Amino acid sequence: MNDKVDVLIIGSGASGAAVAWSLADTKMRILCLEQGDWVKPTDYPSNGRDWEARLFSDFAINPNRRARETDYPINDANSQIKVVNFNGVGGSTIMYTAHYPRLHPSDFKVKTLDGVADDWPIDYQTLEPFFAENDRMTGVSGLAGDPAYPAKQPPMPPIPLGKSGQRFGKAMNNLGWHWWPSDTSIATVDYEGRGRCLNLGHCTPGCAQGAKASTDITYWPLALRAGVELRTRARVREITVDNNGMATGVVYYDADGKEQFQAAEMVIVACNGVGTPRLMLNSQSGKFPNGIANSSGLVGKNLMFHPYAFTYGYVDEPLDGNHGPPLCLWSHEFYETDKARDFVRGYIFQFGRGMGSIVEAINSTAAGRLPWGEDHHKVYRGLLNHRIYLAGICEDLPEEHNRVTLDPVLKDSDGIPAPKIDYTLGDNSRKMLEHAHSRAEEILKEAGAHTVFREHVPNSGWHLLGTARMGTDAERSVVNEWGRCHDVKNLFIVDGSIWVTSGGVNPTSTIQALALYIADAIKQRLSNATLFE
Amino acid sequence: MQTTLTDAEARDLRALVAQMIPASTTYKVPGADDDLIFTDILRSLERDTDDVRAALKHLATMSGGSFAGLPADRRAEVAATFKDQGGAPLFALNRVVLLCYYRDDRVMRSLGQEPRSPFPKGHVVEQGDWSLLDPVKKRAPIYRKVP
Repeated sequence: MNDKVDVLIIGSGASGAAVAWSLADTKMRILCLEQGDWVKPTDYPSNGRDWEARLFSDFAINPNRRARETDYPINDANSQIKVVNFNGVGGSTIMYTAHYPRLHPSDFKVKTLDGVADDWPIDYQTLEPFFAENDRMTGVSGLAGDPAYPAKQPPMPPIPLGKSGQRFGKAMNNLGWHWWPSDTSIATVDYEGRGRCLNLGHCTPGCAQGAKASTDITYWPLALRAGVELRTRARVREITVDNNGMATGVVYYDADGKEQFQAAEMVIVACNGVGTPRLMLNSQSGKFPNGIANSSGLVGKNLMFHPYAFTYGYVDEPLDGNHGPPLCLWSHEFYETDKARDFVRGYIFQFGRGMGSIVEAINSTAAGRLPWGEDHHKVYRGLLNHRIYLAGICEDLPEEHNRVTLDPVLKDSDGIPAPKIDYTLGDNSRKMLEHAHSRAEEILKEAGAHTVFREHVPNSGWHLLGTARMGTDAERSVVNEWGRCHDVKNLFIVDGSIWVTSGGVNPTSTIQALALYIADAIKQRLSNATLFE
Repeated sequence: MQTTLTDAEARDLRALVAQMIPASTTYKVPGADDDLIFTDILRSLERDTDDVRAALKHLATMSGGSFAGLPADRRAEVAATFKDQGGAPLFALNRVVLLCYYRDDRVMRSLGQEPRSPFPKGHVVEQGDWSLLDPVKKRAPIYRKVP
């Protein structure tokens, strides 16, 4: 079972699946270890009457609340933003809202353009063919011609505007601000064996129709057919090394909790911005006493989320409610740096439809809008299906004190030390949040909202970035410009942890393009025998 | 962890949820203390059992023993105070009540919603007027060119 493999990939989510599929044509023996299970489409909440309630139990977005056997605990007590994720085949592409923007060209050059953080060692043009390839593989819907981006051609038409989208569109036109139908990883027509979107309206915790792209139904079927092996319920404890500082394989626990060793010629880590540094910090040895490939001391540091400026209001007319994919439009009006503002960089707005009946009731009770007693019913009927919302997704600048470390006490069910998150909002982020909230309020009022609210959403740590950053300087980065660790020449990282800066958009599209780019770099160097030089 | 409530806790909880969401003849809906809904609440405590028990303990203390045993006017007073002082345990209790109440068939129908799962029927969302995009299409590129 544990014969030596050529390539060992840890994690089967957004990046692990993409790199597995891309490397499959090398005909190397490739194995992926995944700590979670396959999730059957029939298990997704939208199959049952308790679809909304399961957001608070086995499909809760926060792993500490969800607490499946396949989850690991996270100490987030000292973080203003809580980590949300999913562990299973497909990783957090099972549990995301399918909003699928790319980074912009300027995101790769923030030091040059704005004098903050660092430039990436690669640029948008380098990733462009991989963006396009990933769009085809994932199945992206959208509309060409967006003035916010260099030319691109989503393979499917956009999701419907609906009542909410039209209301926002008119408001943005009145304000003279940019808006556009979002790129989403949702099939709007039958696509590569996937059925088209039926507007189930409950996209985030898995799509029963299979219209939402998660890598268990996009990359993995093709990778498996091409000979890649995927082993579930395999939780990796550490990456092992030899006396020369080369990775030799991993120690993992199987479904029975039994310790196993898997040897490999090369190891690729794809556990994203919290799981990856956790694994690397747990991989301590005489050669790497502070964690593998951590001579820079930067493993776990520079954790970036995207602080969310969540803002919403209520209108008189009933709108779409929770029907249809929740995120339908974006605006990049405030994305690029404007020297007239008191912060650098920027954010997109993602525009949403309404909430389901339960979430509306819970949120409105928590906010003090929905009373107990006789008035409950009357007030509730003025809220349900009358909500419109938008969120500014703010660029988070890298700061070393925002970090992932190992918790000295907390462990997962296999006894592996759990991650601990220390994170505080930076001054630039706070100013950007204020700007985004204020602009959002203008938009909502222009869209006819009679009441408007701001909300701090702690469970908004969807995007986990920066904790093993890429760069050409081994003292200031963990991996080089094509994803190989500076310290360990047969160890690669392909997930969000290698991001140098965060941009201000949902990251999955760029994470996957980056994984395809690194896979391509590996293949090129395999062909000329320079991979481990 | 105790996974079920004692009889006394269940009586207090039922009396409390009746204060939270009473039946309404105007909207033709049951209260949260309705037999079916309350059974669903008790069955759905799961991860929130400890918090609910903590909230009920607090409520019983505020009531001098039994919330359900108070006269109706006094129950309303205590419930109003408890709403302000219940903290995180009450938030958890509230959540369980709401997620059971707002999936009851009678309540859903009263709200004009079909009592069914989203899949496989789905929903209809209108395409909308795409000509609204015309002014945006006329804009010059707004992304920054990189040297």
